[in-house]
Amino acid sequence: MTTTETPAPPPAGSGAATPKDAPAGGPRPARKEGTTLNVFSHGVLVLWAVMVALPLVWAVMASFKDDAAIFGSPWSLPDRLRFDNWSRAWSQAHMSDYFLNTALVVGGSLIGTLVLGSMAAYVLARFDFPGNRFVYYLFVGGMSFPIMLALVPLFYVVDNMGLLNTIHGLILVYIAYSLPFTVFFLTAFFRTLPTSVAEAAFVDGASHSRTFFQVMLPMAKPGLISVGIFNFLGQWNQYMLPTVLNTDPDKHVLTQGLVQLAVSQGYKGDWSGLFAGLVMAMLPVLAAYIVFQRQVVTGLTAGALK
Amino acid sequence: MQHGKYRFIVGFLAVPLGLYTLFVVWPFVQSIYYSFTDWTGLSPDFEMVGFDNYARMLDDDIFWKSLLHSVMFALLVPLVTLGLALFLSFMINVGGRRRRGGPAVTGVRGSGFYKIVYFFPQVLSIAIVALLFAFAYNPDSGAINSLLRGIGLDGVQPLWLGDPGLALWCVMAVLVWSTVGFFVVLFSAGMASIPVELYEAALLDGASRFATFFKVTLPLLWDTVQSGWVYMGILALGAESFAVVQIMTTGPGGPDYSTTVMVLYVYQKAFRDGQAAYATTIGVALLLVTLAFAAVVMRLGRRERLEY
Repeated sequence: MTTTETPAPPPAGSGAATPKDAPAGGPRPARKEGTTLNVFSHGVLVLWAVMVALPLVWAVMASFKDDAAIFGSPWSLPDRLRFDNWSRAWSQAHMSDYFLNTALVVGGSLIGTLVLGSMAAYVLARFDFPGNRFVYYLFVGGMSFPIMLALVPLFYVVDNMGLLNTIHGLILVYIAYSLPFTVFFLTAFFRTLPTSVAEAAFVDGASHSRTFFQVMLPMAKPGLISVGIFNFLGQWNQYMLPTVLNTDPDKHVLTQGLVQLAVSQGYKGDWSGLFAGLVMAMLPVLAAYIVFQRQVVTGLTAGALK
Repeated sequence: MQHGKYRFIVGFLAVPLGLYTLFVVWPFVQSIYYSFTDWTGLSPDFEMVGFDNYARMLDDDIFWKSLLHSVMFALLVPLVTLGLALFLSFMINVGGRRRRGGPAVTGVRGSGFYKIVYFFPQVLSIAIVALLFAFAYNPDSGAINSLLRGIGLDGVQPLWLGDPGLALWCVMAVLVWSTVGFFVVLFSAGMASIPVELYEAALLDGASRFATFFKVTLPLLWDTVQSGWVYMGILALGAESFAVVQIMTTGPGGPDYSTTVMVLYVYQKAFRDGQAAYATTIGVALLLVTLAFAAVVMRLGRRERLEY
């Protein structure tokens, strides 16, 4: 495979072996094209990397400055690290509460999504019954519909059930809106697992649900991790659902809380505290991404590749 | 495997399906019904009014503005994002310097590093990204204008989000910024699965890199590009454009409604103006736009599937 490469310099025929700078002949143009392209592509790639990183770097620097420096010299390094911005954001600006609320909501809804989603997906993937296809497409269809259309009546449904502005109400709604992708992904995953193991367990006298929980779920672990990461990020970063259904400031999740903070700190003029809050919200997710980089990328792109 | 099968199926499906029906399917059905009523959302009383809301919608200038902006979001944002992502992933995977005796095409050095950095915005909440850029666009103290001042362009100090002619472009640029990395990673995975012999054959025939991209890479990647377009367009019509427009632009909806989008207009009509029925009417229009968009992209993009 590698030996058939034509434009490579000829195997230095007689004695004129100048290994590095190949003889002026046929290969020159191709080689030149390669080098120009290489320089060009590195240039473009570095440029985009800078464009991605600069706003983040700018925010991190601003979170350590005082207000005067943020406005006066936005691109200079902070003269010293003002950690009091961070502590102000954490306690006075209620970032700690927002973190706690988000953790509660996402913790509950992530577990619920994975349990309920895998149960539904398993039944849809492995059992033939009238209406199987209908239920499957009912779930999957939810992926392409504009959520905002449902949110107007949903607000009143949730209100009538007394679940408005509650953590558990938000958890239930998050689960419901995470099910379409979860069911879609896990149904495909359960179909790829061998049937023989489940049959053996069944023959040995295990019930259907025992087979599911003790045999199939452990086998489905890679799929559960991918879809779990996908849902974790989606639910942690969720903004539209809580904006509509969770308007009590005490129950705000992180994204809402920050937007709220931007409005209120704008009046108070505490910009440094606001930037500290912003960076505080960004860093844990970025850090987790860098550590679990491969899993996160697999989890997020898995659905789109299908 | 027949014993107790149906009891098991019902037992496993009941809770997920019930929750999904109650919180997703039922509200969808309801909202289509409400679009034919005069329900305010504030009181439980309402009457059927036929197509009145739809007639009103067709006369509503702000609705037409929001429709135009939403269509621009669905067409332009994916176009720029996917174009940029294809370009960058081609550079990452095929742009490498050819080494003697090495494979015919190679990725650039540090390709892993680029992919990690490009993916950063994808893990952040779109709400946080929107806030970050709302500050960056600030005409006085924002990162962008002070950067322009720093490189001597004192004369170029746009108002960005405050300028009705620029605000929409600023908002769309943020969506592009935050999603390019995702598609670079996605396309890179696709390109890695293209057999290297195909590139070698193309180079053997004297094809330039440019031709290689359009004649080899793009056709083989077409399925991924197409489903990426649909995926991105649905996001740009829905949750993502809601977050960026609501958080970044004044009003929200921008100076002189210059950035308002359908999803934001639904939200404002329902939860700010107490016109829930009219809001669902716009929501139905948004549903139609979404379905039409997906149908058009799937149809226009249909090609013979290439097997390799």
